[in-house]
Amino acid sequence: MTTELLNVEQLRTHFYTEKGTVTAVDDVSFTIHEGEIVGLVGESGCGKSVTSQSIMRLYDEYMVEYEGKIEFNGDNLLNYPIKKMQKIRGDAISMIFQDPLSSLNPVFTIGKQIAEPLMLHHKKSKKEAYERAVELLALTGIPSPEKRVHEYPHQLSGGMRQRAMIAVTLACEPKLLIADEPTTALDVTIQAQILNLMRDLNKKLQMGIIFITHDLGVVAELCDRVMVMYLGQIVEEADVKTLFEQPLHPYTRGLIKSIPQMTGERKSELSVIKGNVPSLTNKPKGCRFSTRCEFADEKCIEEMPPLKTHSDTKKVRCWHYEEIIAREEGGHVHASST
Amino acid sequence: MQAQHEETALIQVRNMKKYYQAKKGLNKLKGGNTYVKAVDGVSFDLRKGETYALVGESGCGKSTTGRTLLRLHDATEGEAIYNGKDLFKLSNKEMNKVRKDMQMVFQDPYSSLNPRKRIGNILEEPLNIHNIGNKSERTDIVMEVMSKVGLQVDHYYRYPHEFSGGQRQRIGLARALVVDPKVIICDEPVSALDVSIQSQVINLLQNLQRDLGLTYLFISHDISVVRHISDRIGVMYLGNLVEEGYTDDVIENPKHPYTKALLSSVPLPDPNVQRERVMLQGDIPSPLNPPSGCVFHTRCPFAMDVCKTTVPQSLNLAGNHTVRCHLHDEEIATDEKKVVNA
Repeated sequence: MTTELLNVEQLRTHFYTEKGTVTAVDDVSFTIHEGEIVGLVGESGCGKSVTSQSIMRLYDEYMVEYEGKIEFNGDNLLNYPIKKMQKIRGDAISMIFQDPLSSLNPVFTIGKQIAEPLMLHHKKSKKEAYERAVELLALTGIPSPEKRVHEYPHQLSGGMRQRAMIAVTLACEPKLLIADEPTTALDVTIQAQILNLMRDLNKKLQMGIIFITHDLGVVAELCDRVMVMYLGQIVEEADVKTLFEQPLHPYTRGLIKSIPQMTGERKSELSVIKGNVPSLTNKPKGCRFSTRCEFADEKCIEEMPPLKTHSDTKKVRCWHYEEIIAREEGGHVHASST
Repeated sequence: MQAQHEETALIQVRNMKKYYQAKKGLNKLKGGNTYVKAVDGVSFDLRKGETYALVGESGCGKSTTGRTLLRLHDATEGEAIYNGKDLFKLSNKEMNKVRKDMQMVFQDPYSSLNPRKRIGNILEEPLNIHNIGNKSERTDIVMEVMSKVGLQVDHYYRYPHEFSGGQRQRIGLARALVVDPKVIICDEPVSALDVSIQSQVINLLQNLQRDLGLTYLFISHDISVVRHISDRIGVMYLGNLVEEGYTDDVIENPKHPYTKALLSSVPLPDPNVQRERVMLQGDIPSPLNPPSGCVFHTRCPFAMDVCKTTVPQSLNLAGNHTVRCHLHDEEIATDEKKVVNA
């Protein structure tokens, strides 16, 4: 957990659109270590996917401008020429997408798609690559892999496809795996299988994983550390236990409180975060959350708070979080749930 | 905070089946038609003023059940008794009248609103169809309902694209409410919404139920939402209702192995909880060719020989808790135990 794998510094991603430049990711900094699973949570439009796709530089470069630094192995990926970037993608860094049906190519067999990065990056022969493909399918828990390797994506079920997709991304033994909502399209019983698989693979292969999701339950289950995003910024960063036990940012606190629980009172009024997420073209001037925060004052509306270090493992972007927590909890110790 | 509702059934669904014929061409070669058994003999009561939830994974037939009840699809077999009449036998004209009492809210707030109509027109359409009031009265009703669901007056002249997902779902709910229905079938009403918006809509649904005495058939795959909002739960698997009971009983004391697996798979937003998880192997079988005997036996960790051959009957346990599983059939279960011990 000590070696630094990826270091993102003050990343800004601007898109050129008809309505002018839109900054989807605004001043995002974080570090991923080897063997660590880091959750990136937030609601739709908060920039979590853009952050991950910026790391891979997947956007057409004529419509997007990156600012800041993405350091991987000590090099800034943003300075890489396209050819060099292509060597990284699918090899040292690879990515799993939400919908396995649209991210696997329907006209090639599963085996071909797993073998392709091996032949491309590791210069394996076709035979070797296919043998490895069978091994990888077995590793991801697909029954009778020597048969499945010759099948097409449409012949597999949703859960199987996601396993196959994971096999594709693992082919070159990446150091960093970016998983963008990999279980959102799946049923809960299948989701449980895939989460188990990812946990096992993480232990076995010691790769760093950035896990993007909107589901706080999944985060609690899988991740070591969590970053919460809101409107293009990280508003809170903490290890998973403290995030749920003692959330600092009003947004995180509201989010955790608003999900229906599996224990305790039912049918009660759920606490809500009022209003809607503002659009990226019409961002609040000061704190991004100020339009929905019940504690917002003049300062919040005028000035953007910095991501402040609260303790070794915790960072928060809020002017008043200490007062708010003191006020909300009346000073008593936060009860940890059993 | 338990809602008070009478134990009288508003709608009695008995042995509802919905089969879709699979594509014809190849079946000729195979001999005979094959059917996708989307709903295969489902029976339940919808009681006045309650929220009855149907839960299950994709393809289990929960949405088809809801849609068939409103006759958006015609049932293959079975009956649904409402006010002493079988809904499945009514003529289209009579059914249209019943639809005034039974409305639906759909999952996707983006595709369920006509993008070319103003909100006011969308909301007045059900009133036109059911011939309620004159023009100015209709506008009054719409305005009243709009304020009930938390929309503002000036939203009347806007178009759907101007609204966010949460607000569109409010519009969808308002459209269901304008004809003053008794029952609302909510098909995954909060699944497409973000977490912070989801709780707003859940609160709204609960408040409307309390104020207007509505009955909900709440279809969802999200167990924690269902636990929060429902009075009773029916768990579906592959077109069958495998377990039914009061929410607390089903959640805290699930009887069917599938319900146990489903509940233990729900990720809890609490990193301190270490749970014993019932992991299911494999995927849901195809409804084109469901397994013989108990439909769950191919994935059930406790499957016995009898499960492969005999369809389990619905067993009544204490407290209106019913389950379809041989494990709870004392005769069979003890027989099996003898075999295991011997």
